[in-house]
Amino acid sequence: MPTQDEIFTKVSATLVDALNVDEDEIKRTSTLQGDLGAESIDFLDIVFRLEREFGIKIPRGELFPESIFQGDPEFVQNGKVTPKGLEELRHRMPFADLSTFEKNPEVSKLSDLFTVDLITRYIHGKLQNKNAG
Amino acid sequence: MRWLWIDRFIEFESGKSAKAVKNTSLAEDHFAQHFASWPVMPASLILEGLAQTGGILVGEANQFKEKVVLAKVPRAIFHREMLAGETLYYHTEILHLRPEGASVSGTVVVDNQVTAEAEIFFAHLDQNRSAAIFGEHNFVFGSEMRTLVAKLTKVAKPAAANGAASS
Repeated sequence: MPTQDEIFTKVSATLVDALNVDEDEIKRTSTLQGDLGAESIDFLDIVFRLEREFGIKIPRGELFPESIFQGDPEFVQNGKVTPKGLEELRHRMPFADLSTFEKNPEVSKLSDLFTVDLITRYIHGKLQNKNAG
Repeated sequence: MRWLWIDRFIEFESGKSAKAVKNTSLAEDHFAQHFASWPVMPASLILEGLAQTGGILVGEANQFKEKVVLAKVPRAIFHREMLAGETLYYHTEILHLRPEGASVSGTVVVDNQVTAEAEIFFAHLDQNRSAAIFGEHNFVFGSEMRTLVAKLTKVAKPAAANGAASS
């Protein structure tokens, strides 16, 4: 079972290939879209590369959900994610760190949840389950 | 101009790999200006031929039900110029194939030498959304593409000559 640091190193290498960025641009806190310039089509490319690199299967929408709230007013009101929406986020993305987001849960900031660290934690969880199974 | 940058398939293994041939000719318009005294096949058109080879491979894997579009080229390396009169062999292999899209690795072989390599990424247009925007008609695999595809059934095994023989 690789350590989080080892996973981070491999994730970084994957992002270098997928996003054509320099390795030294990649920090744990880098956001995929804001900092590393990922576009929508890059997310599937990243999924393909992670599957190959780590020998895992990443079901559609598990790592990068396409639409979590679907405009449901129970989840989003006045441009902000409601407490119920935050619960849904925790349920759908248990690997996401919501500590900063939940202080000011603007929908427009959702993309900032998708960091290099998020991928690292997701992979770590997948590999733990794989080893346990 | 017909937007077909492969002449025929010489090998096709459904869902796995495909090889196609492109015979370049001085009669093609683009050589007039690229370049007048040094007819180099534009790298973008070589990539297009490789993408057509891989795109048809991906499309056929789903019986051409998906609208397969070139989404990105994460990597492309050209080792040398390819000139009018040369025969280009496009080799493609599926790396990943999923409902959302596919990635393909490709090489170009001329005179048994690899002259270019690329990784090509295809997206399947969302079936629900693309049907609303473009209708049910699959504009990606139009009549010209289908002609090429129809010839697949008549594809012969590659001759043990030139780049076609290397795997």
